Amino acid sequence: MKRNNDFRARAHPAYWAFLVHRISGLALAVFLPLHFWLLGQAIHGEAALDGILGFTDRTAFRFGEWGLVVLLALHLMGGVRLLLIEFLPWSGLRKNWIAGALGFGVAAGLAFALALIS
Amino acid sequence: MSTNLEVKVWRGREQGGFTSYKVPRRDSQTVLDVVTYIQRQLDPTLSYRFACRVGMCGSCAMTVNGVARWTCRTSVAKVAVDGKLEIAPLANLPVIKDLTTDMVEFFDKWAQAKGQFKGRHSRHDDFARVEPTSRERIAANAGIECIGCGICYASCDIVTWRPNFLGPAALNRAWTLANDVRDTRWVERLRAVAGDAGCHSCHTQGSCSERCPKRIEPTAGIAGLKRLVAKSAIRGEL
Repeated sequence: MKRNNDFRARAHPAYWAFLVHRISGLALAVFLPLHFWLLGQAIHGEAALDGILGFTDRTAFRFGEWGLVVLLALHLMGGVRLLLIEFLPWSGLRKNWIAGALGFGVAAGLAFALALIS
Repeated sequence: MSTNLEVKVWRGREQGGFTSYKVPRRDSQTVLDVVTYIQRQLDPTLSYRFACRVGMCGSCAMTVNGVARWTCRTSVAKVAVDGKLEIAPLANLPVIKDLTTDMVEFFDKWAQAKGQFKGRHSRHDDFARVEPTSRERIAANAGIECIGCGICYASCDIVTWRPNFLGPAALNRAWTLANDVRDTRWVERLRAVAGDAGCHSCHTQGSCSERCPKRIEPTAGIAGLKRLVAKSAIRGEL
């Protein structure tokens, strides 16, 4: 057995970006089957789909939807950063993109929240 | 400045614990100075490794307050928190005793990544001419100052999670040789770094690039290797 690192070795923005990208990716992967199942209700007719859509029209689901939009925004920008690192000439760990992704996530979250309450 | 540092030092092997020492605070004191003081003045049984003391040999790397660092060039003023230091051996490597780690697997992985240079010319040939401004030379230049300290390897979570991962230093070495126009083992090396234990296992956490004391960015080399492997696979060269 070797000694492992603790949180202190991981305390830097590129690692936080990795964590956000991984956690948001896993959360979206868990959501997608539910999403497709819900859309699949349309096969059983308009009433079945409307029934399930009506069930999701409540505060807890709206909050979840807001969370999904934020996760998607963060994952999208994190993915673009990784593509830039992998495919463009080297320009560091692109921490400017990490800051940009955070800003984009916050902006998307606020815009969606505004749409929800208006 | 407090007159004494409170220093916790790892004693034992993988199983062990921290022992506290009081070390006088000095001006311009490095972490290696602190460890040396403990070994020479307080406890001669303490084991640690160092050689050059000037950041060239790469032998004195340790985990200081949770972060892998070259101790000879790490000022106490920079890392001590409230006059306290915690010094442990590097992570991801077997501990021989106290602060000394076994570096065999680290260097074996350099060999696995085909980190040896093999040219096509002999001493009887003229010097190879490499244009200093060529793309390959510039890419190799960015990685060749590695001193083999193991800090990137110890900082990398992928090494922890996937013990056969070649690691940032070996892949950085492979990248510098992939950009050496004199080298003849190009395909062999790309095959060595293209597998599960190679460049594609990197999750771009960036700890290697963050922690490298020589400011090398192995993440750049690993990204470059990924591109080279993909291009070579498409061309049917692998």
